[in-house]
Amino acid sequence: MRLLIKGGRVIDPANKVDKVLDILVENDKIVETGQNIYAEDCINIDAENKLVCPGFIDIHVHLREPGFEYKEDIYSGTRAAAAGGFTTICCMPNTEPVADNKSVISFIKEQARDKGVVNVLPIGAITKRQQGQELVEIAELFKVGCVALSDDGRPVVRADIMRYALEYAKMFSLPVLSHCEEPALSQDGQMNEGFYSTYYGLKGIPAAAEEIMVARDIILAKLTGAHVHICHVSARGSLELIRRAKEEGIKITCEVTPHHLTLTDEIVGSYDADTKVNPPLRSKEDVEVLINALSEGIIDCIASDHAPHHKEAKDCEYSAAAFGISGLETSVAVTMSLVHQGKIGLSDWVALNTIGPAQVLGLDKGTLNKGRAADITIIDPEMVKKVDPTKFYSKGKNTPFKGMEFKGWPWMTIRGGRIVFEDGKIKA
Amino acid sequence: MGFEKRKDLLGIKDLSREEIEQILDTAVPMKDILKRDIKKVPTLRGKAMVTVFYENSTRTRTSFEIAGKYLSADTVNLSVSTSSVQKGESLKDTIRTLEVMGFDLMVIRHSVSGTPHYVARNTGIRVINAGDGANEHPTQALLDMFSIREKKKTLEDLKVAIVGDILHSRVARSNIYGLTKFGCEVRVVGPATLIPPEVEKLGVKSYYSLDKALKGVDVINVLRIQRERQQKGLFPSLDEYSELYMLRPEHLKKAKEDVLVLHPGPMNRGVEISSEVADGSQSVIEEQVTNGVAVRMAILYLMMGGTKDEIIN
Amino acid sequence: MNLREKAQIMDTAGMKRALTRIAHEIIERNKGVENVALVGIRRRGGPLAERLAKKIEEIEGIKVPVGILDITLYRDDLTTLAAYPQVHRTEVNFDVNEKVIVLVDDVLYTGRTVRAAMDALIDLGRPQCIQLAVLIDRGHRELPIKADFVGKNTPTSKLEIVTVMVEEYDGKDGVIIQEVVDE
Repeated sequence: MRLLIKGGRVIDPANKVDKVLDILVENDKIVETGQNIYAEDCINIDAENKLVCPGFIDIHVHLREPGFEYKEDIYSGTRAAAAGGFTTICCMPNTEPVADNKSVISFIKEQARDKGVVNVLPIGAITKRQQGQELVEIAELFKVGCVALSDDGRPVVRADIMRYALEYAKMFSLPVLSHCEEPALSQDGQMNEGFYSTYYGLKGIPAAAEEIMVARDIILAKLTGAHVHICHVSARGSLELIRRAKEEGIKITCEVTPHHLTLTDEIVGSYDADTKVNPPLRSKEDVEVLINALSEGIIDCIASDHAPHHKEAKDCEYSAAAFGISGLETSVAVTMSLVHQGKIGLSDWVALNTIGPAQVLGLDKGTLNKGRAADITIIDPEMVKKVDPTKFYSKGKNTPFKGMEFKGWPWMTIRGGRIVFEDGKIKA
Repeated sequence: MGFEKRKDLLGIKDLSREEIEQILDTAVPMKDILKRDIKKVPTLRGKAMVTVFYENSTRTRTSFEIAGKYLSADTVNLSVSTSSVQKGESLKDTIRTLEVMGFDLMVIRHSVSGTPHYVARNTGIRVINAGDGANEHPTQALLDMFSIREKKKTLEDLKVAIVGDILHSRVARSNIYGLTKFGCEVRVVGPATLIPPEVEKLGVKSYYSLDKALKGVDVINVLRIQRERQQKGLFPSLDEYSELYMLRPEHLKKAKEDVLVLHPGPMNRGVEISSEVADGSQSVIEEQVTNGVAVRMAILYLMMGGTKDEIIN
Repeated sequence: MNLREKAQIMDTAGMKRALTRIAHEIIERNKGVENVALVGIRRRGGPLAERLAKKIEEIEGIKVPVGILDITLYRDDLTTLAAYPQVHRTEVNFDVNEKVIVLVDDVLYTGRTVRAAMDALIDLGRPQCIQLAVLIDRGHRELPIKADFVGKNTPTSKLEIVTVMVEEYDGKDGVIIQEVVDE
């Protein structure tokens, strides 16, 4: 089967390409990129006025399967990813049972192969049952195809365990994705600590709870020479630490989420639990610093931290509600608003969603090079749409963006040469 | 907008100065009723209200209940600790149940900030917040303001000190929001661990020294200190707390001569307030309780008395 | 709503004469005023009660107690009123038990205000009896209520509005009939 994507504005930051080109796909590979490609016996895709990009990659997704299929499963989660413009996602190990052994990882891979519509790359736990006490069998997880290690959802509190994990993971060049949170400082917290926690009377989570752990993990990365990736950076203090670590040549990378880039703690005043997320939505000052850091190269990628929940987990008292935002299907539109506002260049934005995350995990993805897997995301930059969670493919309808209007939405998602999402609908 | 057009009373934050004055003005004739032999008017005959308290409180609950009864409303208490919550019923289902039972108004207290807002969004019944977490306690602030206005004849431009655990206090917050609407200079004072972050942005001054904070004030509102704060390590001991922040007669000398002392109750005598002050001539603590009933009658009358057609959600 | 004045039915002098006559009737009916107290219904019943008390004092040399009753909390139409009535204080600073209470109001119409006033009064105590004095009785009763002392009986249509003005609130005394005119 052949696809000819015609007349789109091709943006391939890794190759510094930004011009109107055609792309020819044969079976699952990109075979030609150029002007006025002519080919017979192929499906023509008119991509005029669209942005044709390498397939978007989201390295921080909770697919919930196995164990929490009422929140999300691999079938629904990969469809949400395709609808959100992602061709590759990495799933976090906080499932039930925890993805801390070969059989769970193998199960996830099988489910993804049988039921999934995008590439699913599993992340293994750092410690057994994510208890923070004993390392998982890292070599085995590496062998079955884990692309990284993380206890995401909870921090590795013990510094000695984190140190050993880093040293051990380094043998396999596995990055360790760190959820940075000092639990003694964040305990019982519901939102960012600051003026608005005072104003709304909710227990605050100070930025220091994140910064302390970021500092510790930077120091441990320096000590061990291992690669630490800081998940969902939310506080400006953390960014400053990361900036300095990078200048020093320490192997540190980091991601930010769409919600931390666009929302502030002010919106918690609705007491709508869809605004409840960990790390919490921070202050206006934090958001400004995060946005500036996007174009300064301090932030390596955008990741959604897609955390779908069932209705009851959010439709309740604020402190009883679960943390998390269902983010796969809004990530592109939400972050593209920063492009429209002129706060970040289009090419930088595409890089943060493609070559950026690919480099963090050392994936052979994120470009439109000839011979590469035909993972392609096509975006309609002018499409205006309101976020309507009832139309989500994800089972998680929990989003603080509901009802908000955004310009620039995924129009087509091609994974391995097959169209999996087109014009609002999953094709699978 | 008149206060009676509101569906819910969730916080002082949302009220205009005019609405606060309307409530306080209405509470004046209500207080007269409390002094009569027959303390009952037929105004809310046929109306039903329910108090739903997810946190223990005898005072506030009794105050609401008797206020309703004096206005001839039928009042019911849902004792939550002994009913559905134990069985794991969701708050939303509890609300729905009360709604179909035909209540006109619900008074809710909850340990989680924002829960009354959540309840109000999920029901057509009018909702009064009787205290939510560390957010607001609007009827307490209104009765405090009523007590102050009654004695000082005005609320404008007074100096008011609020003493104690500001961080966890909904009473402090509601008082701050209310008093600053009348141009009052509000000072909060307490140990650094119990002063909330960026509190000055609420338009108040914060102090660690009780003596400094009380200088020249018209009103002192003393907050109750909860023992569990000490257990969580927020201050070293109750003795040290008392040493630094217990209101004693000598402190009153720093304030204006006619200073009023308020306390939302129940008091920890000898911890945050000395008995000499609590029972002294400047104390209006007992009268606050009476005023609480009057103010709640005013609120119930304004919220349940009239037509529902013009309610603005 | 536009109102047009139709007729004046009482001027300052007429009001004064009517109140003088009512004062005499109250004294006569009760064979003196030893046990009598006047209670005006807010708002305009208040000043009218004060004036009657003054007249009675002129005639009898006795100051009768005067109170003011706010009947808002006793109204039977609270749930249907669009505009919200502000509650005011009831100021009856004497013991009503075993007193002859003369309720005073400006206009007697449906009788509902008087019903509410009687309920409010009885909640303050148990008077020996309650009598009713009104400046204008315009008919259209909806309850079995009758005034004991009437300044003037004025047949009206339900579309008309009878307005009593008193110096204290309106700057002048007088009674006029108005009618609603379409815009």
